[in-house]
Amino acid sequence: MATATATAPGPRVRARRWFSGFGDRDTWAAFAFLSPWLFGFVVFTSGPMIASLIISFTDYSIIQTTHNVGLENYRAAYHDPQVRTALRNTFVYTLMSVPAHVIVALWLASLLARVGRAAGFFRTVFYLPVMSPGVATGILYLLIFNGSYGLLNEALRWFHITGPFWTTDPLWVKPGLALMISVWGVGASVVIFLAALKGVPQHLYEAAAMDGAGKWRQFRDVTLPMISPAIFFVVIINTIAGLQTFDQVYTAFFNASTPYGTSASLMYAIYIFQEAFTLFKFGYASALAWVLFAIIGVITAIQIVASRRFVYYEGQR
Amino acid sequence: MSSSNASPAQAQGPAQAIPPTPPFTPARRLSLRSTAGGVRKAIYFAILAGCVVIFTYPFLWAVSASFKPRPEVFDNALIPHNWHPSNYLDVFRGVAATAYKAPFASWLWNSLWIGVLAAVTVTISSALVAFGFAYFRFPLRNFFFGCVLATMMLPGVVTLVPTYLLWNKIHFTGPGTFLFLSKNQYPLWAPNLFGSAFYIFLLRQFFLGIPRELFEASRMDGDNYWTMFWRIAAPLARPAMIVTFVFEFKASWTELQKAIIYLRADQTFTIPRGLKVLLDLYGPSAGGQGDYQVIIAGTVLATLPMIIIFFLGQRYFVEGIATQGRKG
Repeated sequence: MATATATAPGPRVRARRWFSGFGDRDTWAAFAFLSPWLFGFVVFTSGPMIASLIISFTDYSIIQTTHNVGLENYRAAYHDPQVRTALRNTFVYTLMSVPAHVIVALWLASLLARVGRAAGFFRTVFYLPVMSPGVATGILYLLIFNGSYGLLNEALRWFHITGPFWTTDPLWVKPGLALMISVWGVGASVVIFLAALKGVPQHLYEAAAMDGAGKWRQFRDVTLPMISPAIFFVVIINTIAGLQTFDQVYTAFFNASTPYGTSASLMYAIYIFQEAFTLFKFGYASALAWVLFAIIGVITAIQIVASRRFVYYEGQR
Repeated sequence: MSSSNASPAQAQGPAQAIPPTPPFTPARRLSLRSTAGGVRKAIYFAILAGCVVIFTYPFLWAVSASFKPRPEVFDNALIPHNWHPSNYLDVFRGVAATAYKAPFASWLWNSLWIGVLAAVTVTISSALVAFGFAYFRFPLRNFFFGCVLATMMLPGVVTLVPTYLLWNKIHFTGPGTFLFLSKNQYPLWAPNLFGSAFYIFLLRQFFLGIPRELFEASRMDGDNYWTMFWRIAAPLARPAMIVTFVFEFKASWTELQKAIIYLRADQTFTIPRGLKVLLDLYGPSAGGQGDYQVIIAGTVLATLPMIIIFFLGQRYFVEGIATQGRKG
């Protein structure tokens, strides 16, 4: 994408001023094509973002008159025990689900890369859970992970393992959710990794084998660096998704009688949602949303900086 | 290059050292390796088959449980001992003990038309915008495209409150209709009229792959920009547009957050919102009687269309995901 845009204007064109094209008929046609997005960007993205930031400094809630409260919402968030619980749950869930997701996806993809044409069939099967609506996954989680009569513990019993009470034991709620949401929904990443694995040139493996590298060394020193851009992408996307987990957890743990779920299942995005749309504390919810935005920004930035050490892009030395 | 030249020489080395065996060694080695390869492949298939069972079993379990009578739902038998297909009727007419009758058929219908509308509008609008980015050279193009990419990273929760307030301001959160459609369902699909970042990105990639000469030629033939898009670009980008359509239909069908925020009357609910109602109604944690067989039947009905559309558009899902990954 960067290459396509960079090669387009020649040196002569680049010397022009950025605004010099505004008189052209082409330019007006281009903006006509762009106009739906321009409108949507202002009305549904940048406008609401600015509004959200402003609202976060007020005690806005449709019902009462609005006051400017400065940083009060952010201060309240810092001292809110629910925020701490929600943040801890969300971080723990993300830290469990992302590595599990990446490892299982990588393992399945490298198995698929070895079975030739049958890979298409298996890829289809592994993708199916991705199609399951979040609410359906949440319901299945509730039933299959049930401690006393769920399918999972029944299966564990065959191996003489007494399974924990996945949905009620605070220690096991997040591992269970990570298994059901992140690991079961591994299909899209399997597709990405499989495509990346197929792109690794065979001669690299031959050269490595020639140099006496075993299977593990080949995987570590050839496969991993060559597919590192795909791994990086999957990690970033799943971290962002993990920090915003909503549908499945909301379905399984939240209803009118438990607006804050259980202390082990309260996720940050759900807490924001409940503050905003059941208590109508729009100011507070907006502040919480910006805190999440900042957290996601910082974590993504750390991952990008870290990726410079670990991610290898071909054609760039 | 040098290594490939060296290898035959090295291979001949041991063969010359032991004269009687050379004719047999390569053949025996080969057959040994191929049986070892066959065994290894069989192991891979066995592991994958095990994984297939694990990945599909929750679906099979749900389908099976949806046909069981209430006391046997959790017996975990794959084939129901007693068939009880009337669970599916109970989804539509409600369980006898419960006063509330869920308008499940309305929910299916709402999800269907909202999904189709959301997918059609986002496909057309995103294609228009993508064509604008791909074909034209105009000032600030990279800046605007940067904005498109940036919105992909934006967590949706940041814009949730102001967007709600906006719809509320223009009175689209209450009852009433506008252009024959229920007002409070507009927020679920109308933003798609203005394109969506990921699809703009995807379609732009596709348009960039179309040779520019095609457009120049059609321009010689007297096409204007609009007909150029409509007659040349859009038909050629059909695969990418189908990708967009199936992805958005899936996204719309599974959308929960907006459905909770905007839909108030149960007649206007979509499937995810309705399914959550069923769970809260019949699940014991919220005071229900524990009629899980009905909840599961509803879950199967909600998931089945997604499975069908996946098998119909499988190629396009894989294509869309792979494109997404390639651009990481």
